[in-house]
Amino acid sequence: MSFSLFIEQLLNGVQFGVMLFLISAGLTLVFGIMNLINLAHGALYMSGAFIAAAMIKYTGNFFVAVVVAVVATAGIGAVMERLILRRFYARDHLDQVLVTFGLILVFNDLVRLVWGVVPVQLRLPGPFSGSVQLMAEVQYPAFRLVILAVGLLVALGLYFVVVHTRIGMWIRAGASNRPMASALGVDVGLIFSLVFAAGAALAGLAGLMAGAISSVQVGMGEPVLILALVVTVIGGIGSIRGAFLAALIIGIVDTFGRVLLPPALGSMVIFMLMAAILAWRPKGLFPVNA
Amino acid sequence: MPEPMKHSAPEASSFAGALKSTWPILVALGALALVPTISAAIDNPFLIRLFTRAVIFAIVAVALNFVLGFGAMVSMMHAAFFGIGAYVVAILAFHDFDGAPLWIFPGTSNLAVAIPLAVLVAAFGALLTGVVSLRTSGAYFIMITLAFNQMLFYFFVALQKYGGDDGLQILADLNFAGLNISKRVTFYYVALGVLAASLIFFGRLVNSRFGVILRATAQNERRVVALGISPLRYKLAAFVISGAVTGLAGALWATGQQFVSPSDVSWVRSADYVVMAVLGGMARTWGPVFGAVVIVLLEALLPSATQFWQLPFGIIVILIVVYLQGGLADLFGRARPSSGGGR
Repeated sequence: MSFSLFIEQLLNGVQFGVMLFLISAGLTLVFGIMNLINLAHGALYMSGAFIAAAMIKYTGNFFVAVVVAVVATAGIGAVMERLILRRFYARDHLDQVLVTFGLILVFNDLVRLVWGVVPVQLRLPGPFSGSVQLMAEVQYPAFRLVILAVGLLVALGLYFVVVHTRIGMWIRAGASNRPMASALGVDVGLIFSLVFAAGAALAGLAGLMAGAISSVQVGMGEPVLILALVVTVIGGIGSIRGAFLAALIIGIVDTFGRVLLPPALGSMVIFMLMAAILAWRPKGLFPVNA
Repeated sequence: MPEPMKHSAPEASSFAGALKSTWPILVALGALALVPTISAAIDNPFLIRLFTRAVIFAIVAVALNFVLGFGAMVSMMHAAFFGIGAYVVAILAFHDFDGAPLWIFPGTSNLAVAIPLAVLVAAFGALLTGVVSLRTSGAYFIMITLAFNQMLFYFFVALQKYGGDDGLQILADLNFAGLNISKRVTFYYVALGVLAASLIFFGRLVNSRFGVILRATAQNERRVVALGISPLRYKLAAFVISGAVTGLAGALWATGQQFVSPSDVSWVRSADYVVMAVLGGMARTWGPVFGAVVIVLLEALLPSATQFWQLPFGIIVILIVVYLQGGLADLFGRARPSSGGGR
């Protein structure tokens, strides 16, 4: 593998990693704080992509579309939490898996009803659709760099909010010991809704960015959801730091695995990595409430 | 494997008692046995295809429920064991047809060889994945089994030699030690026979010493440990047995369809099996049979009513979870609470 190819793949890996982080951040917090497995998180990712594609077509303005899509996905998440998922916090994981599986089917068909089965194009504005000369031999798509930057910025922002603000303190308290946080006067119900909506917004953001580099189609959220679950498990459920590190590891290992290994092995390598890490640390790299 | 089930089931105090608790499934199996006759009478061969599917999925749902309902292990990877079983039969047949050996072994179309091999490989797969995933429990277990399911899905997609994405058609003539069992009606009765045998097998297993420890572990693992029993061995053995029987169902599926594809290994299929078990009722060995029949019928009937059939199906799944806690089996009277149901 030549040096320029290595750099290109490394960038791809990191970019995929930060994207996975955007999806996993919501998933791991929702799980850590509310003890809820949300398989429908991938449906939010898909919703973000479809709404953005529709808004670009409708308004012609990429940035307006991004804002609308992110806000709308947060709204969908909030409604989903209020109407249905709230009843399932105290139920066992099996019920949560089933109800969110049902939600996936509903979301997929609703999207099919509105947009049809043919993949939708998400058109990028001029400056983002070209590529950038990074080094002598490395041409890199501009939008992938944007994704990288946005992902890192969001990660920094999340770190700041979670570690240095009062809300962040409540979130951490909720993740490590929910009854205790509640007894100390934290409005856990409010925190739940906030975290869920924020997680949905991040998933929507990741979805629209992914939609712009591949295509926007029904069911796009499901493979990503499973990768996000792998990230969550490796990082330790409820840990933002763990999710970030695990997302980068998965992104890079997956990208290089596909380039360097034969296909049957390359597609399995991250799952084997997960198995190896879990055999070593069953609660993930950074367990929150161990 | 821990203690074999030499203790005979304590529940079979009398024949009448056993009949009283199992009549719904006896009636159901009787009705299923009539399907080929009805299919011939109304001249609708589709019916027998549909119910072959239902019967094979019922075997999976029953096997899954052994770990799900009695062991409280929410496995989201049973489609993977099913796929392993199916692909072993299909790949062996492929090499028999092709003539080229698989590494050093010749292929075979003889199911008397292929099916036991399929069961063994599925059991081995369950052992490997079980060793890792059973180190964890609860939600971690669900996520890890889901991830392993996806791993095997990608594995089969990547097998270009065996059709990759498009799946693998079985071109060789499958036979069971020379007997032709792939004729539609014969095959249906074979599948139904395997279902009946699995029901008897798991029914006895649940009430054996092994089953009692498994159920006790599901209810309170700490107490079982305090009694000086290591639950992990029992959970792993249960997981392997369940995976092996699921592999058997997969082998039957490949035989009946003459075709396997990665879609048989999709995680959605794994979730479907869980829905079948929960809908049918997890507290009884035979509950999932009802779930499997209902779901397969729904999946066949809804698409003919509307193109957007996943929407009502999803809503039905949500309603089941919200309202039908005990599953369909509860319609025939509540199960005794001692069987736990893993909740």
